[in-house]
Amino acid sequence: MSRTDTTRPVAVPAGDAPRSADTETAPRRSRWAVSGESRILLLVLPVVVALVFGAWAWWRATADLDSIEARQLAWGLILDLIWQHVKLTLVATFFVLLVAIPLGIALTRPRFKRAAPLAVGIANAGQAAPAIGLIVLLAMLLGFTFGTAVLALTLYAVLPVLRNTITGLQGIDPTLVEAGRGIGMSGAGVLFRVELPLAVPVIMTGVRTALVLLVGTATLATFVNAGGLGTLIVTGITLFRYPVLVSGALLVALLALLVDWAGRVLERVARPKGI
Amino acid sequence: MSTTTPPSNTRAGGTDAPGNPDVSGVDLELVDVLKRYPGQKKPAVDGLSLHIPAGEIVMFVGPSGCGKTTSLKMINRLIEPTSGTISIGGEDVRGRNVDQLRRHVGYVIQGGSLFPHLTVAQNISVVPRLLKWDSRRTSERVDELLELVSLDPAKYRDRYPRELSGGQQQRVGVARGLAADPPVILMDEPFGAVDPITRQRLQDELLSIQEELRKTIVCVTHDIDEAVKLGDRILILQEGAQIAQYDTPEAILAAPANAFVEDFVGAGSTLKQLSLSRVSDVELVHPTTATVGERVAEVRARAEANGDQAVVVLDERRRPVDWMWLRELAAADTVRPVRDDVLTLDRRATLNDALDMMLTSTHGAAIVTGRRDEYLGVVNFTAVTGHIQATEQQLAEGRAADATAGRDDAWEGGGA
Repeated sequence: MSRTDTTRPVAVPAGDAPRSADTETAPRRSRWAVSGESRILLLVLPVVVALVFGAWAWWRATADLDSIEARQLAWGLILDLIWQHVKLTLVATFFVLLVAIPLGIALTRPRFKRAAPLAVGIANAGQAAPAIGLIVLLAMLLGFTFGTAVLALTLYAVLPVLRNTITGLQGIDPTLVEAGRGIGMSGAGVLFRVELPLAVPVIMTGVRTALVLLVGTATLATFVNAGGLGTLIVTGITLFRYPVLVSGALLVALLALLVDWAGRVLERVARPKGI
Repeated sequence: MSTTTPPSNTRAGGTDAPGNPDVSGVDLELVDVLKRYPGQKKPAVDGLSLHIPAGEIVMFVGPSGCGKTTSLKMINRLIEPTSGTISIGGEDVRGRNVDQLRRHVGYVIQGGSLFPHLTVAQNISVVPRLLKWDSRRTSERVDELLELVSLDPAKYRDRYPRELSGGQQQRVGVARGLAADPPVILMDEPFGAVDPITRQRLQDELLSIQEELRKTIVCVTHDIDEAVKLGDRILILQEGAQIAQYDTPEAILAAPANAFVEDFVGAGSTLKQLSLSRVSDVELVHPTTATVGERVAEVRARAEANGDQAVVVLDERRRPVDWMWLRELAAADTVRPVRDDVLTLDRRATLNDALDMMLTSTHGAAIVTGRRDEYLGVVNFTAVTGHIQATEQQLAEGRAADATAGRDDAWEGGGA
């Protein structure tokens, strides 16, 4: 190779080249490698819940209860109420996901991007409205049924999932989306194979928040005749039976903790490997 | 196991092999391509016409905002041109479904842009899967490509991107771009995100891959040194993607078309010339070598006979593993390397790279390797300065001859 021109003096390039790190490799990390705090939550929480529930069951078996209390705290009734409560929570969660995730996806597409603040505003209003008012008003319109309770709970819990779906999708490095399109993935392909998997951790955090909200709010379902552990609390208050009231509150709290724990486990399992 | 076996032919490693019959790339043609963004007065790309010959690397360089990336992205329609035609192998890019088109045009992005939730193998096989290759063909292709970019398939196939270094991620990015064996590959600042030594290594690897594959590669960079090193041709763009000069690196350095090019190429144009010369162009020296496991006493005797203070230690496949001072050898009976990574230069590395490495080396020189990392010799300052002087002399003679032939011609385009 022959060179063709130059009369300028030779200078030597500055030797600022660091040693190559190319052979080094980032350490491998398992998805179960978690920080201390979340490990405590994951391992200790179910134990605490089991202990407290065990203590309550022991009290229930040995306590000296009058006939009203004994009827209210009969095992069959308690299990029914717990099941109703869980059902309310899960069905409402199902509808929350059904509404919030597709809506969140739509609101991050270029076409509807501008509607996002409006939708989040409406969802915000849904959550800010007193849940009891929402449930009772809807019941007056639609009747005192399980369906009404689920509808009210769904409206109430859409916000966290919607907001986290939008945040999660917006947080994705746009160069990854462009890379996907640039190598020939379709828009839907990029959405389902790149964007949603990467947004899963953030979306799941929203889902967990919604679940905990729903467990708590489902206590109000009793006002529209939809059952749940709220029944115990209301009965306890109206009949001045504190053991019943406290039992209801305690069981709701334990259920909320358990649901929160399940949400954390779900978050961890659903998180794609590699991120 | 003898001392200084001279490599058979150190000058054989040039990058210029025009007319290679194994070209797998196709021509690219841009005619009057214009891109106007709504609400902007001036077009971002204003009537760019360009022919890119099959099997060549063309580097797009220019200041930021000159439209080089826009021009690149119009080739695979990530950006749709407002008017004009772009054809790949004679076929208008607008004639095809956009996703289909992109599956047949490689795309490599800065940092690799790997999907973090997919393994290396899954990342590479995205396009083969879109093209409905069967899984066996896909996994064979993945391994083949990993070998090509110097990553051990068994070790890296199932890793996630965050378990790789920056350079390794970029390699996988290149492999992904090559996955479906596209005739044209577009690269957008491919090596911008890695450290200088890794970048140099990646550039050398790209050149060696290209030597084998002869694709048509269009590469955007802001680094004129990278352009000079990698490009068969360089396209220097001014604002609005106006062509300032489109020529071989040699021609651009020798005769910048105008003041803009001269400014852009920069004052250290002699220095740039260093990016044009490959290590394979200079005379290598051959210090004493030793093979792992050899008796230290013999090696020491040989080194002393040659007057060397250090020996290059090779493994049984003649790959350099260490460069040891004699005092480091003294510790054992047989030769055993003490470092685990010795820095080496590919024979395709530029003299610029060589100087860089020599300056950081305690030996004041750099080990040169050829195909499959085989040891070729050592390049030192004397060799480099000797080469520069020879070139200067050649140029001076050429200029003197030009001056007598036609006075003004020699300075044409000098842009005083």
